[in-house]
Amino acid sequence: MSFMQIKDLCVHYPIRGGFFNRVVDHVYAVDGVNMEFEKGKTYGLVGESGSGKSTTGKAIIGLEKITSGSIIYEGENVTNQRRERTSAYNRDIQMIFQDSHSSMNPRKRIKDIIAEPIRNFLKLSDQEENRRINELLAIVGMPEDAKYKYPHEFSGGQKQRIGIARAVACNPKMIIADEPVSALDLSVQAQVLNFMKDIQQEYGLSYLFISHDLGVVKHMCDHISIMYKGRFVETGRREDVYKNPQHIYTQRLLSAIPNIEPSTRIARKAERQGVEAIYQTEQHKYYDENGKVYALKQLSSTHSVAMSTQDKGGN
Amino acid sequence: MASSENLLTIRNLHTGFRIKDTYYNAVDDVSINLNKNEILAIVGESGCGKSTLATSILGLHVANNTKVTGEILYKDLNLAGLPEDKFNSIRGNDIGMIFQDPLSALNPLMRIGEQISESLVYHTKFTKEQRVERVLELLNQVGIPNPERVANQFPHQLSGGMRQRVIIAIAIACKPAIIVADEPTTALDVTIQAQILDLLKELQAETKSGIILITHDLGVVAEVADRVAVMYAGQIIEEAPVEELFNNPKHPYTRSLLNSIPQMNSENEKLQVIKGLVPSLKNLPRQGCRFSSRIPWIAADAHEENPVLHEVAPGHLVRCTCWKHFDFEGAEGGQLR
Amino acid sequence: MWKTVLRRFLVMIPQLFVLSLLIFIMAKFMPGDPFTGLITPETDPNVIEELKIKAGLYDPWYVQYYNWITNAFQGDFGDSYTFKVSVSSLIGERAMNTFWLSLLSVILLYAIAIPLGILAGRYQDSLLDKGIVLYSFISYAIPTFVLSLIFLFMFGYHIPIFPTSGTVDVSHDPGTWGYFWSKVYHMLLPAITYALLATTGVIQYLRSEIIDSKSMDYVKTARSKGLPISKVYTKHIFRNSLLPIAAFFGFTITGLLGGSVFIETIFGYPGMGQLFISSIASRDYSVITTLVMLFGFLTLLGSLLSDIIMSIVDPRIRIE
Repeated sequence: MSFMQIKDLCVHYPIRGGFFNRVVDHVYAVDGVNMEFEKGKTYGLVGESGSGKSTTGKAIIGLEKITSGSIIYEGENVTNQRRERTSAYNRDIQMIFQDSHSSMNPRKRIKDIIAEPIRNFLKLSDQEENRRINELLAIVGMPEDAKYKYPHEFSGGQKQRIGIARAVACNPKMIIADEPVSALDLSVQAQVLNFMKDIQQEYGLSYLFISHDLGVVKHMCDHISIMYKGRFVETGRREDVYKNPQHIYTQRLLSAIPNIEPSTRIARKAERQGVEAIYQTEQHKYYDENGKVYALKQLSSTHSVAMSTQDKGGN
Repeated sequence: MASSENLLTIRNLHTGFRIKDTYYNAVDDVSINLNKNEILAIVGESGCGKSTLATSILGLHVANNTKVTGEILYKDLNLAGLPEDKFNSIRGNDIGMIFQDPLSALNPLMRIGEQISESLVYHTKFTKEQRVERVLELLNQVGIPNPERVANQFPHQLSGGMRQRVIIAIAIACKPAIIVADEPTTALDVTIQAQILDLLKELQAETKSGIILITHDLGVVAEVADRVAVMYAGQIIEEAPVEELFNNPKHPYTRSLLNSIPQMNSENEKLQVIKGLVPSLKNLPRQGCRFSSRIPWIAADAHEENPVLHEVAPGHLVRCTCWKHFDFEGAEGGQLR
Repeated sequence: MWKTVLRRFLVMIPQLFVLSLLIFIMAKFMPGDPFTGLITPETDPNVIEELKIKAGLYDPWYVQYYNWITNAFQGDFGDSYTFKVSVSSLIGERAMNTFWLSLLSVILLYAIAIPLGILAGRYQDSLLDKGIVLYSFISYAIPTFVLSLIFLFMFGYHIPIFPTSGTVDVSHDPGTWGYFWSKVYHMLLPAITYALLATTGVIQYLRSEIIDSKSMDYVKTARSKGLPISKVYTKHIFRNSLLPIAAFFGFTITGLLGGSVFIETIFGYPGMGQLFISSIASRDYSVITTLVMLFGFLTLLGSLLSDIIMSIVDPRIRIE
């Protein structure tokens, strides 16, 4: 049973223009997104730049104002309620960012950075707080003396871990991770991904994992949604999306990922060109006359794809 | 495949940056050669010296705090320490460069056509009409629709993929024998990346030029390179033809890198990776095997005292001997430092 | 673009309205009134009282404001109490003087600052650069009136090569070359003084812009094309670095107006700045309020000018 539902989430930005600066149009950054989250699962949100994947994450946590739609958390409507600082929702849903450095106050010690959510949500004594911080540092595999240092004294991977420590400080139910490893080098990225999996198993966390990297998402996620221009083009379990991609956009993305098998190069290029040819000729099947993505159609109990009603499913 | 006709030979290249009054070598004794009609990939993580190597080849460093020694042999010239005016007749003419960020690499105030034709002004005797013609031809060649219009546009009016195509057009304007591409697709979305890589391959096949591809992305390497050199801490630690490197990696670092890529079939497993980071410029170990501190469970006598590259298979070179004793077993339990 | 310019002009109306209200209220708070200066021991207080009533000084403030603003709309800013002429003709004559002085100052300012800024930026950390930076700090540290007085003393009295007051030599007929040169000659010393003092901002800004531009990727691209370094500077770095300077032009004009208050007063140059000071001293309300309104209007105009220039020189910015 899911503990949180996102229903028809929309984030629209007005475009102003004309003589009196009136609203002439909207940017449909997020346009009708539905999601459900279960405990202990990882949900991937994939798309290219400008697809609205980050905006979705920010809207869920309350960093973007939701134009319409609702977020139901444990049966309660929490849409646009981020202002109530101490609500359970705010405590239980946390976020980690791509640029962990700029998400930390450079003048604060690690101790105070990690303690921020603790001070907001849990009324702990100084000793208890200190114990909790030590515990958190141990969880993220960092020595205790790290808490007296400042953010700039750590490497990118370490800062990302501190960001995670801050996010898990109040035992959240879900962490929204916005491109958490995109700025990291390959081996550091692997170390952080391993670590995120470890703490997930230990604490039964759910992740909303936002990334442009289909390899990383496949490695991490149980359930994956592909986003394009603010809408889902395809959503399903990992196997559904990767083994049986139905939407042309998903197919394009998948065929474009470089494979570390040099011998498959030529075959993959042929496949890529094949997909591209279909994309050029069968636009109408996947996008309406305004280039907008269709509404999702259910293909199986877990797999949905946005396709024209005239021509459902089928290759 | 690659012919063995040599285009560029780098021997014992050192590039040092001055910090206070000491020079620290970001590129430390690198020797490698580039053949005609070949894509040579230089792979490594940030701080390994790969971008410094690229800029050394074009002599783009600021002279008064950089020291380049060793040999970069092109035709009969040693590019290391070549005077500016002589270098200017090489840059853009014999060696073209492609940069990472297609927006910042273009002058925001100059029209696309003008930016491309600039190198033609200095390296050819073309008339103005011939230059315009060549610019349109180039834009066409890199797959830009409607070249006449694009030539009159400014960079901000183009998409990221289009801008990168313009950068490539600039690099190939004078049909250089060598192209140095520094992370050419890192800033792009995957679908655009695939298009740009295909374009690079096509252009290379057409012109038979040699490409040095600097990247951190092993997927990109597997997709386009003919030969690969892996850099760590300013040195090349492994060099091999591309299939050999991916199928038969030897050095612990190369193996760790390959294992840390989330694979399409590695779901839910832990990624095998050697913990730690590339040491920073000031803290580079200057003696012994530079990777030894990352794999402390390997006995000290497994390393060479002065590690050199050994040929383990035709064209496959590995530095140090520690790889023979390496496995991932000991890697567990360490802390990320 | 013209639509936007027009819109900006319309937005100025409420801005100027608020400004006028503020000015009016503040003027009322000033101690004394225009007749204070006329009082001598022999003056009959009743006469003064009568004058005040006639001038409407006892009307409610909003009535006074209404009268003032409706007249102002018709171009009638009242009469100067001290000069006994209409404010518009008084200011009109001075405004031209200030305009010419400002123009010459701006030309001198850019003629000095741009080459220095470019040299300092290009040869960063050289002895030349250090010298220029030192100069710019000195000119920044010296207060306007100190330098003005030093110059006046040095070149006006000690080595009398420049006139010390006025705008033109009376011996020349208007329209002749001699008349023109005499005007320029009278403006030269105050203009140089002002230009020297204002250079700091431009030099420092340009210098740091050039230093920043040098490490930009497009400069690397230009170098990788094989462009000689001098061409890289002239075709790529300078153009990009001069952009913010050009955009700042409008604000520079505003700054000049502020500076003119001191410069004109010290050099005895009969422009708006000098008029401003003297009218404050004599509580000449109608002149003060009109001048402040004018300064305010020119400031708004300056920022509009900056935006327009920006949209012309930078292709990335397009005003619709």
